[in-house]
This record gives sequence, C-alpha cells and structure tokens, in this order.
Amino acid sequence: MWLYALRRLLLTLPILFGVTVICFALVQIAPGDPIQNLLSPTASQADADRLRAAYGLDQPLPIQYFIWIGRVLTGEFGMSIANNSPVAGEVFRAFGNTIVIALISVALAFVLSMILGVVAAYRSGSLIDKVITAIAVFGISVPPFWLGVVLVIFFAVNMFWLPATGMGASGSESFSYFDWNDLKFAIMPIIALTLPPLGIMTRTTRAAVSEILSQDFIQTLRAKGLSEMSIMLHAVRNVMPAAVAMFGLQLGYLIGGSVLVETVFTWPGTGFLLNKAILTRDIPLLQGTILVLATAFVLINLLVDLIQSIIDPRIKRS
Amino acid sequence: MSDISAPALFPAAAPVHVRGYWASVWNRLRYDYVTLFCLAVIILIVLSAVFAPMLAPMDPDRSSMANRLRAIGDRGYILGTDEQGRDMLSRLLYGGRVSLAMGILPVMFATVIGGMFGVIAGFFGGKVNMLIMRTMDVFFAFPSVLLAVAISGSLGGGFTNQLITLTVVLVPPLCRVAETATSQIRSMDFVDAGRASGASSISIIVHHVLINVMSPVLVYASTLVSVSIILASGLSFLGLGVSPPTADWGLMLSTLRQSIYVQPLVSAIPGIAILITSIAFNLVSDGLRQAMDVKG
Repeated sequence: MWLYALRRLLLTLPILFGVTVICFALVQIAPGDPIQNLLSPTASQADADRLRAAYGLDQPLPIQYFIWIGRVLTGEFGMSIANNSPVAGEVFRAFGNTIVIALISVALAFVLSMILGVVAAYRSGSLIDKVITAIAVFGISVPPFWLGVVLVIFFAVNMFWLPATGMGASGSESFSYFDWNDLKFAIMPIIALTLPPLGIMTRTTRAAVSEILSQDFIQTLRAKGLSEMSIMLHAVRNVMPAAVAMFGLQLGYLIGGSVLVETVFTWPGTGFLLNKAILTRDIPLLQGTILVLATAFVLINLLVDLIQSIIDPRIKRS
Repeated sequence: MSDISAPALFPAAAPVHVRGYWASVWNRLRYDYVTLFCLAVIILIVLSAVFAPMLAPMDPDRSSMANRLRAIGDRGYILGTDEQGRDMLSRLLYGGRVSLAMGILPVMFATVIGGMFGVIAGFFGGKVNMLIMRTMDVFFAFPSVLLAVAISGSLGGGFTNQLITLTVVLVPPLCRVAETATSQIRSMDFVDAGRASGASSISIIVHHVLINVMSPVLVYASTLVSVSIILASGLSFLGLGVSPPTADWGLMLSTLRQSIYVQPLVSAIPGIAILITSIAFNLVSDGLRQAMDVKG
C-alpha cells in the first residue's frame, strides 16, 4: 500500500512540473508586452528596459521560469493588474466559494447517477431505461450556462422564488448550507452544475452495471438462489472503484469548469475570478487562478487513485 | 501418391455474398431510426447554415433601435429581435455557420494531429511513446473547460484563436484513443507477417494500422463534436469567441442575457439551437458507436 502510494506520488511530480510550465507559457503566448501596460505612455525606452530588468524579463525563458516558480513555491503569485492586490489572496478566497457549490453538486450528481444508472441497467430496454437515457443525453448536451439562464428566467424572473445572482449577504465568510438565506443563493448554481456530471455519470454507471450483469458470476449468484436485491449489491460493489474514479474526475471538472455557471450567477468563486481576469486582460490573475485550479485537479486525481487502490486491491498490482 | 492435388482437397467454395465492413455498418444504421432522424436534423442544420444568405429574411447585422426586443412572431419577426433590434431568425441562421464550424473544424484538426501522434506513439512504443504520452498527460491535468479558458484567455478572442484553443484542447484525448488502438493492433500477427515479408514501418502503418485504428478514432471524434460546440459557445459567452457584431450562438446568448427580464423566451432561443445541435450530434455518435461495434 505505502509503496504504491509513494510510486503514485512520484508520478505526480512530473505532471505538476508540466502544469507549471503550461501556466508559465500562458503569459508568453499572451499578445502584447506586459511592460507596456505598467508604463506611462511618455516613458522612454530606457525606462522600459530598466523595468524589464527589475522584473527579470530580460533573462532567457528558462531562467524566467525558475524565478517565477521560486516565487510561486513561496506562495507569491504576483500582483493582479486590475486592482493591484496580491493574486494569491484573491484566488484562495474565491477557491473556498467554488468548493462550496462544486462539492455539493458532484455529491448530488453522484448519488442520483448511481440510482438512475443501476435502475436503467436493470430495466435495460424498458421505458424507464429510455427516460433515464434521455435525461442523461440532455445533461451531456445542455450548455450549463444556458441552463443557468433558463433557471434564472424560470425561478427568478417568472416566479420570484429565488434570487437571480450573487452569494447572499453573509458571503463567503459565514456561508452555511443550513441557513435558508444563504442556501437560496446557491440552489440555482448547484442545479446548473449538477446536470452535466449527472448525465456523464449516469451513462458510465449504466454501462458499467450492465457489463457486470452480463458476467458469469451473476448467473452463478442467480443459480444459487440469491435475491435480486443482493445480486444488485454484488453488482454495485463491483462498480464502486470506477464510481469513485468518476466522482473525483467530475469534482475536478466542476472546480475547474465552473467558470460559466459562476459567471451567469455572479457567484464569487474562482470561475468568476477567471471571467474578471479575461474581461480586464489581467494575465497574472488568470495565471494564478489556473495554476491553483489545475494543481487542485491533479491532487484530487492523486487522492482518488489512492482511495481506489484501497477499495480495489487489484489495482496495486498493475 | 502425390498426385492428390490441392484443389481436390479444397473444392472451390460456393460463392457466398459477404458484406463488407461499411456495408454491414450501414445495414445496422438503416434500422436505427433515432440515429437516422438525428442525422437528418444535422443535415438540416448544416444546410440552413450553408444557405443562410438565401434563407435569412433580413440582414443579420442591421440593427434597428425602434424594433428592439420584439416578441416572437411580432411584426413579421418570426423569432423576435435582439437587444439591438436585429432579426433573431437571420442571426440564428448566420450564427450556425460559426457554431458549426467551431464544432467540426477543431475536431477535424485534432483528429489528424492527435491521431498522428497517437499512431506514432502506439506503433513505435518505448521512448517515443513515453515522450508523446507523458506530454499529453500534462494536458490531461487540466479539466477541458479550464484548459480552453486558460489558452483562450491568454491568446484573446477571435475566430482563429478560438479554433487554435479548441484544437489544442481536443488533441490529447484523441491522441490517447489512437495510441491505445494502435498498440493493441501492433501486437497482432498480421503486423508481424507484414514485417516478416519485408514491409517498411510506414507501409505497415498505412496499409494495416490506419484502417484498423480508424473506427475507434472516428467514433470517438464524433462524440467530441458536441463537446466542441458547447466549449466554443462557452468561450463566446465569456467574450472569447468571434467579435461582435458577427452572429454566433454563444455570443448571442451572452448579449441577450441582459434582456431576460424583458424577453425571456427570445433570450433563450440561441441556447435551444445549441442544445438541439449538440443532442443530435451526441445521439448520432451513439448510433455510430453501436453500428460500428466499437467498445468504450
């Protein structure tokens, strides 16, 4: 177990290195000279050169990378251009808000998809299977931000049930799922975030369960006279490792991909921050947010692999 | 003794009509009405985008302050007007050109590029495989939406930049599918036979590997079309797509967002277009997967 964990951890390091290289490259592919943005229009070429040297931008790229990564490792992500505040603080504050809705959405999608997927696989070909498959296809095909707009039209514009945007009065400092005044702001973002992973996970679960149901050991169980209920438990137990992998992957996708939904609902998470960075062309903010989100995604995947190896010992051997 | 000739032992088999691979795929598709219907929908959408200049009742870019945010069917505006008084139907037809292009072109480019790298990695194995696949792994460390937003956010908006972004996002998954398929085929006997009879690597790849890798890669690529359309509309929604006033479904959704309190139905129309297109592509790719009998 520990050997596997160590090996898996070591495999993660080159990936993290690659992630930082891509994040570093983001600034390089951005058009325009970052120095020109900092200078007043009347500044001379000599001023520009001096500033370039001060930021280390006159060094060759590999050196620049190491200067940058050194700063990142000490928690310094640079300054946001738009409001001149440290990027790190802004990103981590927003990250908490993203987790609040992403975690509950993926948990909801997970539970629902397990139920729907198992039922659909059991009643394969029946009407209920077709309905569930239709829901899944809808979930996969719907643009989540449009779903957000439709929810706003329905619940906020027509019915006045829920607030259209924002995160409520208490904000990220004291958000609570158990306080209706907080929760009502989170409901629509959560619905919009839940549907796409629900679609994907239902399809995956349905495919996995029907594959297992077609295996010989299920036949044996049935021949032994087991009840349908305990046969189903055997099947579910066998899809569990795949389900955990799915859970982690989708959580990562939601944390990284919530930019559109957060923008629709002006939910003050990392996605909203990304949108702000794009609108104001604030490349340091963009870079810092992406770095944190991608790192989180890698770490979630690492965690999922470790959990998987605990519930399914066969994985360790491969 | 030895005059028992081979033909006597193996009499010529009666000619059996054997269906080719594609003929049997078509035979299975022929009775799959859902897939056929969706295929028809896609053809309809493509045709309406191609012939947009002939079909559109009005100039999609001509705004009219007097006719802002008309309801559906009001004053001859079949689908109403947007926040600048432009005819929604015309914009929807023209917008389909950009949105469909963003669904199909990046997938085509990524299939060629990713497929090429995947086949090379799978066929040659070893260090080449390591180099290519470990590089791809780094891209897999980003959720696709995040990677798209990251690249697009740095490059800036515009048609070409969006095309580049989506292609880069779609290359790694296609590369992985091609690599898996190729390395399975590489260990088959007919590849060894080809090598033993003196065929070069290039000739084996072209004649034996590509044809077998084709179906899983194409089926997978077809699932990516709707992914690409949704990603593209998302980028346009964030202002990273074509620049206004060019019509594009994602951009239309974005600009109409301010008008949901005035014309909720009209504001939802571009999203419905995206939804229908993406459902149609998803179901067709499901049908293809079944007809071509590709697992995964």
